[in-house]
Amino acid sequence: MTVAVPVLNLIVPEGSGLHLSTYTVTLLGKYLCYALLALALDLVWGAVGILSLGHGAFFALGGYAMGMYLMRQIGSRGVYGNPILPDFMVFLNWKELPWYWYGFDHFWFAIVMVMLVPGLLAFCFGWFAFRSRVTGVYLSIITQAMTYALMLAFYRNEMGFGGNNGLTDFKDILGFSLQEDATRVGLFLASAVALAGGYVLTRWVVTTKLGRVVVAIRDSEDRARFLGYRVEHYKLWMFVLSAMLAGIAGALYVPQVGIINPNEFSPLNSIELVIWVAVGGRGTLYGAAFGAFLVNYAKTYLTAALPEIWLFALGALFVVVTLYLPRGLVGLIERNRAARETS
Amino acid sequence: MQTVNFHHHPWHRSFPIGLGWVLMLAILTAQAADPTSGQATLGKVLEGLTVRSFSQKKAAVKNLAAVDHPRVLPVMKALLEGDLYYRKIGRQVLILRSRDAEYAIYDAVTGESLGSGDKKGLSKIIINNQMRVILRDAIARLSLASENAGVRLAAVEEMFDRLSPGDAKLLRDMRETERHPEVLEAIDTGLALEALDSGDENRRLAAVDTLSRSVNRTVRNRLKQLLESNLDGSPREASAKVRAAARKALAAINQRLEMYAMVQTGFFGLSLGSVLLLSAIGLAITFGVMGVINMAHGEMMMLGAYTTYLVQQLMPGWIDASVIVAIPAAFVVSGLMGIAVERGVIRYLYGRPLETLLATFGISLLLQQLVRTLISAQNVAVENPAWMSGAWEVNAALFLTYNRLYILAFSLLVFAALFLILRQTDFGLQIRAVSQNRAMARAIGIRSNWVDAATFGLGSGIAGVAGVALSQLTNVGPNLGQSYIIDSFMVVVFGGVGNLWGTLVGALGLGLVNKLLEPWAGAVMAKILVLVFIILFMQKHPRGLFPQRGRSAED
Repeated sequence: MTVAVPVLNLIVPEGSGLHLSTYTVTLLGKYLCYALLALALDLVWGAVGILSLGHGAFFALGGYAMGMYLMRQIGSRGVYGNPILPDFMVFLNWKELPWYWYGFDHFWFAIVMVMLVPGLLAFCFGWFAFRSRVTGVYLSIITQAMTYALMLAFYRNEMGFGGNNGLTDFKDILGFSLQEDATRVGLFLASAVALAGGYVLTRWVVTTKLGRVVVAIRDSEDRARFLGYRVEHYKLWMFVLSAMLAGIAGALYVPQVGIINPNEFSPLNSIELVIWVAVGGRGTLYGAAFGAFLVNYAKTYLTAALPEIWLFALGALFVVVTLYLPRGLVGLIERNRAARETS
Repeated sequence: MQTVNFHHHPWHRSFPIGLGWVLMLAILTAQAADPTSGQATLGKVLEGLTVRSFSQKKAAVKNLAAVDHPRVLPVMKALLEGDLYYRKIGRQVLILRSRDAEYAIYDAVTGESLGSGDKKGLSKIIINNQMRVILRDAIARLSLASENAGVRLAAVEEMFDRLSPGDAKLLRDMRETERHPEVLEAIDTGLALEALDSGDENRRLAAVDTLSRSVNRTVRNRLKQLLESNLDGSPREASAKVRAAARKALAAINQRLEMYAMVQTGFFGLSLGSVLLLSAIGLAITFGVMGVINMAHGEMMMLGAYTTYLVQQLMPGWIDASVIVAIPAAFVVSGLMGIAVERGVIRYLYGRPLETLLATFGISLLLQQLVRTLISAQNVAVENPAWMSGAWEVNAALFLTYNRLYILAFSLLVFAALFLILRQTDFGLQIRAVSQNRAMARAIGIRSNWVDAATFGLGSGIAGVAGVALSQLTNVGPNLGQSYIIDSFMVVVFGGVGNLWGTLVGALGLGLVNKLLEPWAGAVMAKILVLVFIILFMQKHPRGLFPQRGRSAED
């Protein structure tokens, strides 16, 4: 697919039946970001057993970091033509750039921030939470509170992130125009590479000794602790790694959809993310990525074709998957295969 | 039937703690008029208003002022506001109150409701400025003579702004017979305001001393004026003694105002806390007692709010009573939905809290969309009953709105009821038994399936009741539940899961903290700070304020 999509978009002429529209490329690129996000969640939920209801926060923070870079790239092409300040700051009568915007005119700095900011938040949050042994549903609920608090904060104009409009009207990235088909394909490729890299990394993490310790923690935290493992350290670093992956997913997502706003922090988004993983198959990594594709494809299709039905479908999906498919679609397929082999 | 006379009872002082039959009775009897002997006279005088000639009408207004009847005051007010009409045929005089597209019609003489309709066949009684002056004066006098202390108080306070020498005499006369302490105080304030203009320094000093006890805005402005300077720089108040006294009085008033502002903030905090309590208390059962993360809890509240809306649609003429009817109705609707959810989904997921979270979240989406499809995606309008609107004016600086007062009382009532159910009934005993040790409970013959369903139904039903209260405060729409679900979880987790007292303290405490932070942090920031506080608090006390001890606590 990584090869086919760019070829079909760029080389196959537009009239051809095999031509992929740029819209579709962008859509697929978006799904790739979601898949990477799902992978990140599956690393903590599937492998470590932490159900985070706040992973959307890490995704959004990565997105905002990238969005800030893209904002700075607009330069004087904004509506107000201010070379330093983004439009929304001019609109709010701000005179100078807030300190936390410094450095975002460099791409490398933005990339570092994309991983550092979510990582740091995850570190602080996890350090407190795991050390005092907040577990299970309590952890889920406070992660949800975390993303909710961030959402409320980012809705404020005073925060300097564009209030409820968020960051938008991006022009180009690294000098390439975001309107160009080639740039879109480039972003798609970057997302595909990131997803592949993310998969290799997470697969590696769960298959090494580290991964086995982590699974042991998931299955019996106390036993692992008695064996002498510093449980909270393992959990913390897995959480941080996962948050960084989510941040990267967000950073790739933003230039493709062209906007980042506080809605990405809404608890609903984070919970929807959980269902992608649950549908695909929790703890399988590839299942999570697959689930993200499937649910989002269904969402794109249903919200366009039958908008009334979408929430019914999503709601029913939650119920059916938890009741009948505890291991997701992957689990279903594996069970079928196992059944066939034994017969 | 006991006669509760609404008008003659200073009900805003002895505000009842509980809602229920007492209130219903009061509302229903308030609508009925009390037949008094002057009725015939009143009818005759009113007929005089249905003529065209202004001079005749003026005479009729004067006659009206002389009639001793409780309906005279409302009729005069209606006349002044242009709400008085008469039937072209039969000359019956009516009071019309605009309501939506229609008018609610009342008989002017008896005050009885005659249903609603349009203005067809009715003619408005038009008045001129001369009559307005007479009316205002008569209303003021009548109000001062009213048997309702609240009306008298308002009438006296209204005079503060424009005290004429005649008014002062009126107040002095009134002081002879007045018994109500607050009205007396207001009269003294009025007289002191008048005394400020006298030439006698001692009288002015005494007046300032009297005024220092008031928190009325007019009083405060007058005291400020005493300290101001004239255009030429000379002080407006010649006597230095009076100026010093005024300065002291102002400081005292400001201090008292600050205190009242604190009380007001405290009230807002408790009021927010009571909303939190209502939304969290059902959750305290489903989450705290059963260990089920019910993400559809907010939607159970939404169902309760919509039930209120539907009840109002069913009984349009009885808005006052509709909220009372809606409470049991919402309990039943949400409770049955809760039982259905428990039987259909949750019973397969006991012991797997994360899964219940996901499944119930799905249910919440389903319920939201169901409401959007069946009713509307838009917010619907739920009316506030008359007895819930308005405010209890403790004094000029302190207003406590009735709807928030009632909801505060109501939430405590719900809490008490739930507490009694859990502590004092067999059902409560069974709930606790099943939640502590299911196998043992089954072994001694408790039907745990039945208890599970009933418990979940109880928690959901209480959510529905909370929804009725919420419908009186916020917009009723498909998203109503979502705005409360995170807060409710925070309260339950903060208070300590499985501990009702924790929920109570947590809800009221968080409400208070939130409102205390608001003045300097802003509403959104206050909320964020509270969330961050809870997250940090959870680090120190992962099991909340009042952690559950014992065997079942560690899973």
